[in-house]
Amino acid sequence: MGKKSVVPFGPQHPVLPEPIHLDLVIEDEIISEAIPNIGFIHRGLEGLVEKKDFNEMVYIAERTCGICSFGHGLGYVEAIEHVMNIEVPARARYLRTIWAELGRMHSHLLWLGLAADAFGFESLFYESWRIRERILDLHELTCGSRLIFSVNKVGGVIRDIPADKLAYIKDQILIVEKEVKNIEKTFLGDYSVQTRSKGIGLLTKEEAHDLGAVGPFARASGITADLRTTGYAAYGELDFEPVISNDGDCYARLDVRIRELYQSIDLIRQAIDKIPEGELEAKAIGFPKGEYFMRIEQPRGEAVYYVKGNGTKILDRMRIRTPTFANIPPLCETLKGADYADVGPLVVSIDPCISCTER
Amino acid sequence: MGFMTFKTTMLSNLFKKPVTTKYPAEPAVYPEGSRGHVVIEIEKCISCTICALNCPSGAIKVDRAARTWEINRYDCIQCGYCTLKCPKKCLHMAPGYQTPGPEKSIEHYDRPPEEEKPAAPAANAAATNAGDGK
Repeated sequence: MGKKSVVPFGPQHPVLPEPIHLDLVIEDEIISEAIPNIGFIHRGLEGLVEKKDFNEMVYIAERTCGICSFGHGLGYVEAIEHVMNIEVPARARYLRTIWAELGRMHSHLLWLGLAADAFGFESLFYESWRIRERILDLHELTCGSRLIFSVNKVGGVIRDIPADKLAYIKDQILIVEKEVKNIEKTFLGDYSVQTRSKGIGLLTKEEAHDLGAVGPFARASGITADLRTTGYAAYGELDFEPVISNDGDCYARLDVRIRELYQSIDLIRQAIDKIPEGELEAKAIGFPKGEYFMRIEQPRGEAVYYVKGNGTKILDRMRIRTPTFANIPPLCETLKGADYADVGPLVVSIDPCISCTER
Repeated sequence: MGFMTFKTTMLSNLFKKPVTTKYPAEPAVYPEGSRGHVVIEIEKCISCTICALNCPSGAIKVDRAARTWEINRYDCIQCGYCTLKCPKKCLHMAPGYQTPGPEKSIEHYDRPPEEEKPAAPAANAAATNAGDGK
Protein backbone atom coordinates (compact mmCIF):
# COMPACT_ATOMS: atom_id res chain seq x y z
CA MET A 1 0.00 0.00 0.00
CA GLY A 2 1.24 3.44 -0.87
CA LYS A 3 1.14 6.56 1.19
CA LYS A 4 -2.21 8.30 1.55
CA SER A 5 -2.44 11.74 0.03
CA VAL A 6 -5.29 14.19 -0.45
CA VAL A 7 -5.86 15.68 -3.90
CA PRO A 8 -8.37 18.52 -4.24
CA PHE A 9 -10.77 18.16 -7.19
CA GLY A 10 -12.66 21.28 -8.25
CA PRO A 11 -14.36 23.70 -7.77
CA GLN A 12 -12.61 24.81 -10.98
CA HIS A 13 -11.92 21.76 -13.11
CA PRO A 14 -12.05 21.30 -16.91
CA VAL A 15 -14.59 18.46 -16.66
CA LEU A 16 -16.99 20.26 -14.33
CA PRO A 17 -19.79 22.39 -15.74
CA GLU A 18 -20.45 23.80 -12.26
CA PRO A 19 -18.41 24.23 -9.08
CA ILE A 20 -18.32 21.26 -6.69
CA HIS A 21 -15.30 20.54 -4.55
CA LEU A 22 -14.17 17.03 -3.61
CA ASP A 23 -11.24 16.15 -1.37
CA LEU A 24 -10.00 12.85 -2.78
CA VAL A 25 -7.98 10.63 -0.45
CA ILE A 26 -5.73 8.69 -2.81
CA GLU A 27 -3.56 5.60 -2.38
CA ASP A 28 -1.60 4.65 -5.51
CA GLU A 29 -4.02 6.53 -7.78
CA ILE A 30 -6.95 4.57 -6.30
CA ILE A 31 -9.47 6.63 -4.37
CA SER A 32 -10.12 5.43 -0.84
CA GLU A 33 -12.42 8.25 0.22
CA ALA A 34 -14.10 11.33 -1.26
CA ILE A 35 -15.19 14.23 0.94
CA PRO A 36 -17.63 16.58 -0.82
CA ASN A 37 -17.89 20.30 -0.20
CA ILE A 38 -20.53 22.56 -1.73
CA GLY A 39 -21.51 26.18 -1.16
CA PHE A 40 -19.71 28.14 -3.86
CA ILE A 41 -22.74 29.61 -5.62
CA HIS A 42 -25.38 30.04 -2.94
CA ARG A 43 -27.83 32.78 -3.96
CA GLY A 44 -30.48 32.71 -1.24
CA LEU A 45 -33.48 32.19 -3.55
CA GLU A 46 -35.49 30.57 -0.76
CA GLY A 47 -35.00 33.67 1.41
CA LEU A 48 -36.55 35.85 -1.31
CA VAL A 49 -39.90 34.23 -0.52
CA GLU A 50 -40.14 36.53 2.52
CA LYS A 51 -40.04 39.61 0.29
CA LYS A 52 -41.91 38.63 -2.88
CA ASP A 53 -45.54 38.02 -3.64
CA PHE A 54 -46.37 34.30 -4.15
CA ASN A 55 -47.21 34.97 -7.83
CA GLU A 56 -43.85 36.67 -8.44
CA MET A 57 -42.08 33.72 -6.81
CA VAL A 58 -43.02 31.54 -9.82
CA TYR A 59 -40.46 33.48 -11.87
CA ILE A 60 -37.86 33.26 -9.11
CA ALA A 61 -38.48 29.53 -8.46
CA GLU A 62 -37.93 28.66 -12.12
CA ARG A 63 -34.66 30.60 -12.13
CA THR A 64 -33.25 28.16 -9.56
CA CYS A 65 -31.66 26.38 -12.47
CA GLY A 66 -31.24 27.11 -16.16
CA ILE A 67 -31.56 23.52 -17.33
CA CYS A 68 -34.52 22.17 -15.35
CA SER A 69 -36.24 25.56 -15.16
CA PHE A 70 -39.66 24.31 -16.26
CA GLY A 71 -39.65 21.60 -13.58
CA HIS A 72 -38.89 24.07 -10.80
CA GLY A 73 -41.67 26.38 -11.91
CA LEU A 74 -44.05 23.43 -12.24
CA GLY A 75 -43.22 22.01 -8.80
CA TYR A 76 -43.74 25.36 -7.13
CA VAL A 77 -47.08 26.18 -8.82
CA GLU A 78 -48.41 22.64 -8.24
CA ALA A 79 -47.59 22.98 -4.53
CA ILE A 80 -49.39 26.37 -4.33
CA GLU A 81 -52.37 24.96 -6.30
CA HIS A 82 -52.69 22.11 -3.79
CA VAL A 83 -52.62 24.58 -0.90
CA MET A 84 -55.28 26.76 -2.55
CA ASN A 85 -57.35 23.78 -3.83
CA ILE A 86 -57.32 24.92 -7.45
CA GLU A 87 -58.46 22.50 -10.14
CA VAL A 88 -56.20 23.10 -13.15
CA PRO A 89 -57.96 22.80 -16.56
CA ALA A 90 -57.09 19.72 -18.61
CA ARG A 91 -55.52 21.62 -21.51
CA ALA A 92 -53.16 23.43 -19.16
CA ARG A 93 -52.12 20.11 -17.59
CA TYR A 94 -51.35 18.62 -21.02
CA LEU A 95 -49.41 21.71 -22.10
CA ARG A 96 -47.36 21.49 -18.89
CA THR A 97 -46.61 17.84 -19.66
CA ILE A 98 -45.44 18.66 -23.20
CA TRP A 99 -43.14 21.42 -21.94
CA ALA A 100 -41.84 19.29 -19.07
CA GLU A 101 -40.93 16.50 -21.51
CA LEU A 102 -39.29 18.91 -23.96
CA GLY A 103 -37.29 20.18 -20.98
CA ARG A 104 -36.29 16.63 -20.06
CA MET A 105 -35.13 15.96 -23.63
CA HIS A 106 -32.95 19.06 -23.75
CA SER A 107 -31.49 18.28 -20.31
CA HIS A 108 -30.65 14.69 -21.25
CA LEU A 109 -29.10 15.74 -24.58
CA LEU A 110 -27.03 18.33 -22.70
CA TRP A 111 -25.90 15.63 -20.30
CA LEU A 112 -25.02 13.23 -23.13
CA GLY A 113 -22.84 15.97 -24.60
CA LEU A 114 -21.14 16.62 -21.25
CA ALA A 115 -20.60 12.88 -20.72
CA ALA A 116 -18.99 12.59 -24.17
CA ASP A 117 -16.81 15.59 -23.29
CA ALA A 118 -15.85 14.00 -19.93
CA PHE A 119 -14.50 10.86 -21.57
CA GLY A 120 -12.85 12.89 -24.30
CA PHE A 121 -15.06 12.36 -27.38
CA GLU A 122 -15.35 15.94 -28.57
CA SER A 123 -17.16 15.37 -31.89
CA LEU A 124 -19.86 13.32 -30.14
CA PHE A 125 -20.26 16.19 -27.67
CA TYR A 126 -20.89 18.65 -30.50
CA GLU A 127 -23.25 16.22 -32.23
CA SER A 128 -25.41 15.90 -29.07
CA TRP A 129 -25.59 19.63 -28.59
CA ARG A 130 -26.49 20.13 -32.26
CA ILE A 131 -29.54 17.91 -31.73
CA ARG A 132 -30.38 19.79 -28.53
CA GLU A 133 -30.50 23.03 -30.50
CA ARG A 134 -33.62 21.81 -32.30
CA ILE A 135 -35.39 21.38 -28.93
CA LEU A 136 -34.29 24.85 -27.80
CA ASP A 137 -35.80 26.31 -30.99
CA LEU A 138 -39.08 24.56 -30.09
CA HIS A 139 -38.93 26.20 -26.64
CA GLU A 140 -38.47 29.63 -28.19
CA LEU A 141 -41.28 29.01 -30.66
CA THR A 142 -43.78 27.96 -27.99
CA CYS A 143 -42.74 29.97 -24.89
CA GLY A 144 -40.73 32.86 -26.31
CA SER A 145 -37.50 31.94 -24.57
CA ARG A 146 -34.89 29.26 -25.11
CA LEU A 147 -34.24 28.14 -21.53
CA ILE A 148 -36.38 29.99 -19.02
CA PHE A 149 -39.96 29.17 -20.01
CA SER A 150 -41.98 31.59 -17.80
CA VAL A 151 -45.30 30.08 -18.92
CA ASN A 152 -46.52 28.68 -15.61
CA LYS A 153 -48.78 30.63 -13.34
CA VAL A 154 -50.78 29.68 -10.28
CA GLY A 155 -53.94 28.09 -11.73
CA GLY A 156 -52.76 27.23 -15.23
CA VAL A 157 -50.49 28.38 -18.04
CA ILE A 158 -50.02 31.75 -19.74
CA ARG A 159 -49.52 30.68 -23.34
CA ASP A 160 -51.34 28.23 -25.53
CA ILE A 161 -49.77 26.08 -28.26
CA PRO A 162 -52.05 26.26 -31.32
CA ALA A 163 -52.72 23.16 -33.45
CA ASP A 164 -50.27 24.13 -36.22
CA LYS A 165 -47.44 24.50 -33.72
CA LEU A 166 -48.31 21.16 -32.10
CA ALA A 167 -48.06 19.55 -35.56
CA TYR A 168 -44.71 21.29 -36.07
CA ILE A 169 -43.45 19.93 -32.70
CA LYS A 170 -44.44 16.43 -33.86
CA ASP A 171 -42.46 16.85 -37.10
CA GLN A 172 -39.42 18.15 -35.26
CA ILE A 173 -39.34 15.39 -32.66
CA LEU A 174 -39.49 12.86 -35.49
CA ILE A 175 -36.25 14.35 -36.84
CA VAL A 176 -34.79 14.40 -33.30
CA GLU A 177 -35.68 10.70 -32.90
CA LYS A 178 -33.76 9.84 -36.08
CA GLU A 179 -30.76 11.88 -34.98
CA VAL A 180 -30.75 10.33 -31.49
CA LYS A 181 -30.82 6.85 -33.09
CA ASN A 182 -27.72 7.89 -34.97
CA ILE A 183 -25.75 8.98 -31.87
CA GLU A 184 -27.09 6.02 -29.87
CA LYS A 185 -25.00 3.71 -32.08
CA THR A 186 -21.87 5.51 -30.93
CA PHE A 187 -22.86 6.01 -27.28
CA LEU A 188 -23.85 2.41 -26.68
CA GLY A 189 -21.85 0.53 -29.29
CA ASP A 190 -18.48 2.24 -29.60
CA TYR A 191 -15.36 0.57 -28.24
CA SER A 192 -13.80 3.74 -26.85
CA VAL A 193 -17.00 4.77 -25.04
CA GLN A 194 -17.42 1.31 -23.53
CA THR A 195 -13.85 1.17 -22.22
CA ARG A 196 -14.50 4.42 -20.32
CA SER A 197 -17.93 3.42 -18.96
CA LYS A 198 -18.49 -0.35 -18.62
CA GLY A 199 -17.93 -1.62 -15.09
CA ILE A 200 -16.91 1.84 -13.83
CA GLY A 201 -18.55 3.42 -10.78
CA LEU A 202 -20.60 0.42 -9.74
CA LEU A 203 -23.50 1.13 -7.39
CA THR A 204 -25.61 -1.82 -6.28
CA LYS A 205 -29.36 -1.63 -5.83
CA GLU A 206 -29.03 -1.88 -2.02
CA GLU A 207 -26.41 0.90 -1.87
CA ALA A 208 -28.47 3.14 -4.13
CA HIS A 209 -31.52 2.56 -1.94
CA ASP A 210 -29.73 3.04 1.39
CA LEU A 211 -27.90 6.19 0.30
CA GLY A 212 -31.03 7.72 -1.21
CA ALA A 213 -30.11 7.93 -4.90
CA VAL A 214 -32.80 9.44 -7.14
CA GLY A 215 -33.60 9.80 -10.82
CA PRO A 216 -31.79 8.12 -13.72
CA PHE A 217 -28.84 7.48 -11.36
CA ALA A 218 -31.06 5.27 -9.15
CA ARG A 219 -32.91 3.73 -12.10
CA ALA A 220 -29.57 2.65 -13.61
CA SER A 221 -29.03 0.63 -10.41
CA GLY A 222 -32.36 -1.14 -10.79
CA ILE A 223 -34.62 0.97 -8.54
CA THR A 224 -38.05 1.54 -10.09
CA ALA A 225 -38.56 5.07 -8.84
CA ASP A 226 -40.16 7.55 -11.23
CA LEU A 227 -42.31 10.26 -9.68
CA ARG A 228 -44.20 10.73 -12.95
CA THR A 229 -46.08 7.55 -12.09
CA THR A 230 -47.75 9.50 -9.24
CA GLY A 231 -49.71 11.24 -12.02
CA TYR A 232 -49.12 14.96 -11.51
CA ALA A 233 -49.82 17.26 -14.51
CA ALA A 234 -51.24 14.92 -17.20
CA TYR A 235 -48.90 11.96 -16.58
CA GLY A 236 -51.72 9.98 -14.96
CA GLU A 237 -53.53 9.87 -18.32
CA LEU A 238 -50.52 8.83 -20.41
CA ASP A 239 -49.14 5.36 -20.88
CA PHE A 240 -45.52 4.83 -19.86
CA GLU A 241 -43.28 2.74 -17.65
CA PRO A 242 -40.10 3.79 -15.82
CA VAL A 243 -36.91 2.97 -17.70
CA ILE A 244 -34.57 0.87 -15.58
CA SER A 245 -31.30 -0.99 -15.95
CA ASN A 246 -29.72 -3.45 -13.52
CA ASP A 247 -26.01 -2.96 -14.24
CA GLY A 248 -25.40 0.10 -12.02
CA ASP A 249 -22.34 1.36 -13.88
CA CYS A 250 -21.66 4.44 -16.02
CA TYR A 251 -22.71 2.54 -19.15
CA ALA A 252 -26.11 1.74 -17.56
CA ARG A 253 -26.58 5.46 -16.81
CA LEU A 254 -25.91 6.28 -20.46
CA ASP A 255 -28.33 3.57 -21.53
CA VAL A 256 -31.11 4.74 -19.15
CA ARG A 257 -30.85 8.35 -20.25
CA ILE A 258 -30.87 7.47 -23.96
CA ARG A 259 -33.95 5.26 -23.50
CA GLU A 260 -35.60 8.07 -21.51
CA LEU A 261 -35.14 10.32 -24.54
CA TYR A 262 -37.27 7.90 -26.58
CA GLN A 263 -39.75 7.72 -23.69
CA SER A 264 -40.06 11.53 -23.68
CA ILE A 265 -40.61 11.55 -27.44
CA ASP A 266 -43.36 8.96 -27.00
CA LEU A 267 -44.95 10.93 -24.12
CA ILE A 268 -44.98 14.15 -26.20
CA ARG A 269 -46.67 12.28 -29.08
CA GLN A 270 -49.28 10.82 -26.73
CA ALA A 271 -49.94 14.21 -25.11
CA ILE A 272 -50.31 15.94 -28.51
CA ASP A 273 -52.75 13.26 -29.65
CA LYS A 274 -54.83 13.42 -26.48
CA ILE A 275 -54.75 17.17 -25.73
CA PRO A 276 -58.30 18.48 -25.21
CA GLU A 277 -59.61 21.93 -26.12
CA GLY A 278 -60.61 24.28 -23.36
CA GLU A 279 -59.59 26.85 -20.79
CA LEU A 280 -55.96 27.63 -20.07
CA GLU A 281 -56.29 28.68 -16.47
CA ALA A 282 -58.53 28.48 -13.45
CA LYS A 283 -58.98 31.62 -11.43
CA ALA A 284 -56.93 31.73 -8.24
CA ILE A 285 -59.00 33.46 -5.57
CA GLY A 286 -57.56 34.45 -2.22
CA PHE A 287 -54.17 33.75 -0.74
CA PRO A 288 -52.51 30.43 0.13
CA LYS A 289 -53.03 29.23 3.67
CA GLY A 290 -51.60 25.90 4.73
CA GLU A 291 -48.62 23.80 3.75
CA TYR A 292 -47.84 21.19 1.13
CA PHE A 293 -45.02 18.91 -0.01
CA MET A 294 -44.96 18.48 -3.77
CA ARG A 295 -42.73 15.85 -5.34
CA ILE A 296 -42.02 15.90 -9.05
CA GLU A 297 -39.65 14.09 -11.39
CA GLN A 298 -37.04 16.46 -12.75
CA PRO A 299 -34.71 15.34 -15.56
CA ARG A 300 -32.13 14.63 -12.81
CA GLY A 301 -34.50 12.91 -10.38
CA GLU A 302 -36.95 13.53 -7.60
CA ALA A 303 -37.27 17.15 -6.46
CA VAL A 304 -39.28 18.17 -3.40
CA TYR A 305 -41.03 21.53 -3.01
CA TYR A 306 -42.34 22.61 0.37
CA VAL A 307 -44.48 25.73 0.69
CA LYS A 308 -46.16 27.17 3.75
CA GLY A 309 -48.65 30.00 3.39
CA ASN A 310 -50.15 32.09 6.17
CA GLY A 311 -53.16 33.57 4.37
CA THR A 312 -51.33 36.66 3.08
CA LYS A 313 -49.69 37.26 -0.28
CA ILE A 314 -46.23 36.62 1.22
CA LEU A 315 -45.43 32.96 1.93
CA ASP A 316 -43.93 31.91 5.25
CA ARG A 317 -41.48 29.41 3.83
CA MET A 318 -40.45 27.72 0.63
CA ARG A 319 -37.95 24.92 0.45
CA ILE A 320 -36.56 23.05 -2.53
CA ARG A 321 -34.74 19.72 -2.18
CA THR A 322 -33.05 19.13 -5.51
CA PRO A 323 -32.02 15.78 -7.04
CA THR A 324 -28.27 16.52 -7.13
CA PHE A 325 -28.26 17.09 -3.36
CA ALA A 326 -29.69 13.59 -2.87
CA ASN A 327 -27.21 12.10 -5.34
CA ILE A 328 -24.02 13.39 -3.68
CA PRO A 329 -23.76 10.65 -0.95
CA PRO A 330 -24.14 7.77 -3.48
CA LEU A 331 -21.62 9.56 -5.73
CA CYS A 332 -19.05 9.51 -2.90
CA GLU A 333 -19.75 5.80 -2.46
CA THR A 334 -19.16 5.06 -6.17
CA LEU A 335 -15.91 7.03 -6.06
CA LYS A 336 -14.43 4.66 -3.43
CA GLY A 337 -12.13 2.25 -5.21
CA ALA A 338 -12.32 4.11 -8.52
CA ASP A 339 -9.28 5.03 -10.55
CA TYR A 340 -8.21 8.69 -10.31
CA ALA A 341 -8.60 9.08 -14.09
CA ASP A 342 -12.27 8.05 -13.86
CA VAL A 343 -13.28 10.73 -11.34
CA GLY A 344 -14.30 13.20 -14.07
CA PRO A 345 -16.70 10.89 -15.95
CA LEU A 346 -18.02 9.54 -12.62
CA VAL A 347 -18.87 12.96 -11.21
CA VAL A 348 -20.54 13.86 -14.51
CA SER A 349 -22.47 10.55 -14.49
CA ILE A 350 -24.85 11.80 -11.74
CA ASP A 351 -25.66 14.82 -13.94
CA PRO A 352 -24.57 17.32 -11.26
CA CYS A 353 -26.49 20.58 -11.16
CA ILE A 354 -24.81 22.51 -8.41
CA SER A 355 -26.67 25.80 -8.87
CA CYS A 356 -29.92 23.88 -8.24
CA THR A 357 -28.44 22.30 -5.15
CA GLU A 358 -27.32 25.56 -3.60
CA ARG A 359 -30.34 27.61 -4.67
CA MET B 1 -18.80 -3.59 -29.59
CA GLY B 2 -17.89 -1.65 -32.69
CA PHE B 3 -14.95 0.36 -33.90
CA MET B 4 -15.20 3.71 -35.69
CA THR B 5 -18.98 3.83 -35.22
CA PHE B 6 -18.95 7.58 -35.67
CA LYS B 7 -17.28 7.60 -39.11
CA THR B 8 -20.46 7.87 -41.23
CA THR B 9 -21.73 10.84 -39.20
CA MET B 10 -18.30 12.44 -39.34
CA LEU B 11 -17.94 12.02 -43.11
CA SER B 12 -21.46 13.22 -43.85
CA ASN B 13 -20.86 16.28 -41.64
CA LEU B 14 -17.84 17.13 -43.79
CA PHE B 15 -20.10 17.74 -46.77
CA LYS B 16 -22.91 19.57 -44.94
CA LYS B 17 -23.31 23.30 -44.47
CA PRO B 18 -22.37 24.51 -40.96
CA VAL B 19 -25.35 24.62 -38.56
CA THR B 20 -24.17 27.92 -37.09
CA THR B 21 -24.87 31.28 -38.75
CA LYS B 22 -22.46 34.16 -39.31
CA TYR B 23 -24.26 36.16 -36.67
CA PRO B 24 -23.34 39.85 -36.89
CA ALA B 25 -23.25 39.67 -40.71
CA GLU B 26 -26.41 37.59 -40.89
CA PRO B 27 -29.11 38.95 -38.56
CA ALA B 28 -30.60 36.64 -35.93
CA VAL B 29 -34.11 35.36 -36.67
CA TYR B 30 -36.55 35.28 -33.76
CA PRO B 31 -39.87 33.46 -33.87
CA GLU B 32 -43.11 35.32 -33.31
CA GLY B 33 -43.80 35.83 -29.60
CA SER B 34 -40.13 35.73 -28.57
CA ARG B 35 -39.59 37.47 -25.22
CA GLY B 36 -36.62 39.71 -25.95
CA HIS B 37 -37.33 43.03 -24.27
CA VAL B 38 -40.18 45.10 -22.85
CA VAL B 39 -41.76 47.78 -25.05
CA ILE B 40 -44.02 50.51 -23.69
CA GLU B 41 -46.69 52.52 -25.51
CA ILE B 42 -46.08 55.57 -23.35
CA GLU B 43 -49.18 57.47 -24.60
CA LYS B 44 -51.45 54.81 -23.04
CA CYS B 45 -49.61 54.71 -19.68
CA ILE B 46 -51.49 56.05 -16.66
CA SER B 47 -48.58 55.85 -14.16
CA CYS B 48 -50.47 53.40 -11.96
CA THR B 49 -47.11 51.87 -10.79
CA ILE B 50 -48.51 48.29 -10.87
CA CYS B 51 -45.66 47.18 -13.17
CA ALA B 52 -43.02 48.65 -10.84
CA LEU B 53 -44.60 47.07 -7.74
CA ASN B 54 -44.83 43.60 -9.35
CA CYS B 55 -41.49 43.46 -11.17
CA PRO B 56 -39.62 40.48 -9.62
CA SER B 57 -36.21 42.09 -10.17
CA GLY B 58 -37.23 45.71 -9.47
CA ALA B 59 -36.07 46.89 -12.89
CA ILE B 60 -38.97 49.29 -13.49
CA LYS B 61 -39.38 52.66 -11.79
CA VAL B 62 -42.43 54.89 -12.25
CA ASP B 63 -42.70 58.46 -11.05
CA ARG B 64 -46.30 59.61 -10.94
CA ALA B 65 -45.59 63.30 -10.32
CA ALA B 66 -42.88 63.64 -12.97
CA ARG B 67 -44.91 61.45 -15.39
CA THR B 68 -41.92 59.23 -16.21
CA TRP B 69 -41.43 55.50 -16.77
CA GLU B 70 -37.91 54.09 -16.44
CA ILE B 71 -36.48 50.64 -17.03
CA ASN B 72 -33.06 49.25 -16.29
CA ARG B 73 -32.69 46.83 -19.21
CA TYR B 74 -29.75 45.10 -17.50
CA ASP B 75 -31.84 44.19 -14.44
CA CYS B 76 -34.88 43.08 -16.47
CA ILE B 77 -35.19 39.27 -16.57
CA GLN B 78 -37.70 39.19 -19.50
CA CYS B 79 -40.28 37.23 -17.49
CA GLY B 80 -43.19 39.20 -18.97
CA TYR B 81 -45.02 39.54 -15.63
CA CYS B 82 -45.41 43.34 -16.05
CA THR B 83 -47.13 42.81 -19.42
CA LEU B 84 -49.68 40.55 -17.71
CA LYS B 85 -50.25 42.96 -14.85
CA CYS B 86 -50.60 46.22 -16.87
CA PRO B 87 -54.26 47.33 -16.62
CA LYS B 88 -54.04 49.41 -19.83
CA LYS B 89 -52.16 46.68 -21.75
CA CYS B 90 -49.56 49.24 -22.83
CA LEU B 91 -46.59 46.95 -22.06
CA HIS B 92 -45.57 44.27 -24.57
CA MET B 93 -42.72 41.83 -25.06
CA ALA B 94 -40.90 42.24 -28.38
CA PRO B 95 -38.16 40.10 -30.00
CA GLY B 96 -34.51 41.20 -29.83
CA TYR B 97 -32.27 40.92 -26.77
CA GLN B 98 -30.48 43.64 -24.86
CA THR B 99 -27.08 44.33 -26.39
CA PRO B 100 -24.05 44.43 -24.07
CA GLY B 101 -22.73 47.78 -22.90
CA PRO B 102 -19.96 49.25 -20.74
CA GLU B 103 -22.31 50.32 -17.94
CA LYS B 104 -25.84 49.65 -16.71
CA SER B 105 -27.84 52.42 -18.32
CA ILE B 106 -31.44 53.27 -17.52
CA GLU B 107 -33.89 53.86 -20.33
CA HIS B 108 -36.15 56.80 -19.68
CA TYR B 109 -39.62 57.54 -21.12
CA ASP B 110 -41.69 60.72 -20.56
CA ARG B 111 -45.44 60.63 -20.79
CA PRO B 112 -46.82 63.31 -23.11
CA PRO B 113 -48.19 66.31 -21.19
CA GLU B 114 -51.78 65.96 -20.04
CA GLU B 115 -54.37 67.34 -22.43
CA GLU B 116 -56.20 70.31 -21.08
CA LYS B 117 -59.40 69.26 -19.46
CA PRO B 118 -62.49 70.41 -21.30
CA ALA B 119 -63.86 73.47 -19.55
CA ALA B 120 -67.09 73.43 -17.51
CA PRO B 121 -70.28 72.63 -19.51
CA ALA B 122 -71.63 76.22 -19.19
CA ALA B 123 -68.44 77.72 -20.55
CA ASN B 124 -68.48 75.09 -23.31
CA ALA B 125 -71.99 76.01 -24.32
CA ALA B 126 -71.05 79.66 -24.38
CA ALA B 127 -68.08 78.89 -26.59
CA THR B 128 -70.23 76.89 -29.05
CA ASN B 129 -72.79 79.65 -29.18
CA ALA B 130 -70.07 82.15 -29.85
CA GLY B 131 -68.78 79.81 -32.60
CA ASP B 132 -72.23 79.54 -34.11
CA GLY B 133 -72.59 83.30 -34.05
CA LYS B 134 -69.61 83.61 -36.37
